[in-house]
Amino acid sequence: MQNTKVTIIDYGMGNIKSVSNAFAFLGCQVEVTSEPAVVDASECIVLPGVGAFGDAMQNLKELDLLDALNRQVIEQKTPFLGICLGMQLIADESEEKGLHKGLGWIKGRVVPLKADPSLRIPHMGWNEILPKGRDRFFEDYHQGLNFYFVHSLYFDCENVEDVHSTVKYGTEFTASVKKDNIFAVQFHPERSHHNGLRLLRTYLDSIACPE
Amino acid sequence: MVKFRLIPTILLNDYMIVQSFKFEKYLPIGNVETAIEFFNNWDVDEIVLLDIMATKKGRLPNIDIVEKASVGCFVPLTFGGGIKTVDDIRNIIRAGADKVVIGAEAVRNPNLIRDGAERFGDQCMTVSIDYKMNAQQEPEVFIENGKLATGLHPLDLAKKVEVLGAGEILLYSIDRDGSRMGYDLEMIDMISSSVGIPVVACGGVGINRHFAEGIQKGHAQAVAAGNIFNHTEHSTIQAKAYMVQKGLDIRLSSVVNYEEFGFDHIDRAY
Repeated sequence: MQNTKVTIIDYGMGNIKSVSNAFAFLGCQVEVTSEPAVVDASECIVLPGVGAFGDAMQNLKELDLLDALNRQVIEQKTPFLGICLGMQLIADESEEKGLHKGLGWIKGRVVPLKADPSLRIPHMGWNEILPKGRDRFFEDYHQGLNFYFVHSLYFDCENVEDVHSTVKYGTEFTASVKKDNIFAVQFHPERSHHNGLRLLRTYLDSIACPE
Repeated sequence: MVKFRLIPTILLNDYMIVQSFKFEKYLPIGNVETAIEFFNNWDVDEIVLLDIMATKKGRLPNIDIVEKASVGCFVPLTFGGGIKTVDDIRNIIRAGADKVVIGAEAVRNPNLIRDGAERFGDQCMTVSIDYKMNAQQEPEVFIENGKLATGLHPLDLAKKVEVLGAGEILLYSIDRDGSRMGYDLEMIDMISSSVGIPVVACGGVGINRHFAEGIQKGHAQAVAAGNIFNHTEHSTIQAKAYMVQKGLDIRLSSVVNYEEFGFDHIDRAY
């Protein structure tokens, strides 16, 4: 039973409902907020996201959330989970519809998936992730490490140590990143059925009792 | 690589699930929360909810049902029916859906696709192309439950919506709907080989073999069905057992032994 309080950032983009449903299902206290003051009091921050990078950064800026996020995540080392666009936002910059600056918490750039006549874009559906063995997050999954992806760009990390797992779709690219108190996933754990819920529970356990 | 998807389509008339035949006869089946709960436990890859009477009856999209459906749904949820504006899309996504299906508006107001894709991303925008043979024996797209002719060939519409920003096409054969004759493989193949976005086949499934054909012969990225899943428990698990035995790369997530399913001469599980 998780008693962790999870603070989900609502910046007008993304599937807030399904993310909060998943954490509620796992027994967490869930709060959804757009307010910096609430972010400043958080124990665990979740940044979901669906849509365009540029719009997302603009919204975060307009809501005055950039400072609060930097304060909490970089200075205070509050546990942070980014999902899909929420993972891409922590890059230095993104090439989606122009060149946009991101939060810059993990070095790298968000770039388009390579066009290939045999591959459909967006990368949409269940795909198997390949853990880089940095921890035990993906142990004991009996039916394979399939998670639900839906995206057209990926996070090209500068440092291989930040890459937590990869996935293959044409090329092999980042599926999750991990650095200190930051963990972020390209796929949607809240829509990845048993595997997704299991991963969220493992993540919650890891922040409640850090190894 | 990404796996092929198996998707039940739940057709709704208001809050009631219905079974359809050529988009004409509709028989009531049951309530939506139960269906979602069952499908979640039976190894489906996504769920599509279509409110088929919304456009015809001039109803706004049923946000309430999206909220109810979303609570117990831990696979991607797509909702369609009566979507006309970007605000409609926003409300549906906030209520818990991941994708929306645009049907009639793809023809009446194609800019909605572009505006929706701009705002929410193309991956949110599934366009459904419902078609049947017209009086000249040519395939033609029909809207409003298959009643209103558009003068468009499915291929032309598919290419057009791709350019506008659709992330996926739901290709629905009205003639085969409820027929159990199998998918219209030729049309699926034609569309699939002409666009770079995923194509979901729908309409006509009667036996498990049809799912495998939709992928291996039709070259769809996902196979959907409505009617066939309504009457048999665990039917989606059986479908996957059949597909995996045919060598298809699909996700398996329940604890059954998929290799143990036997299929008879008409591909029913025993």
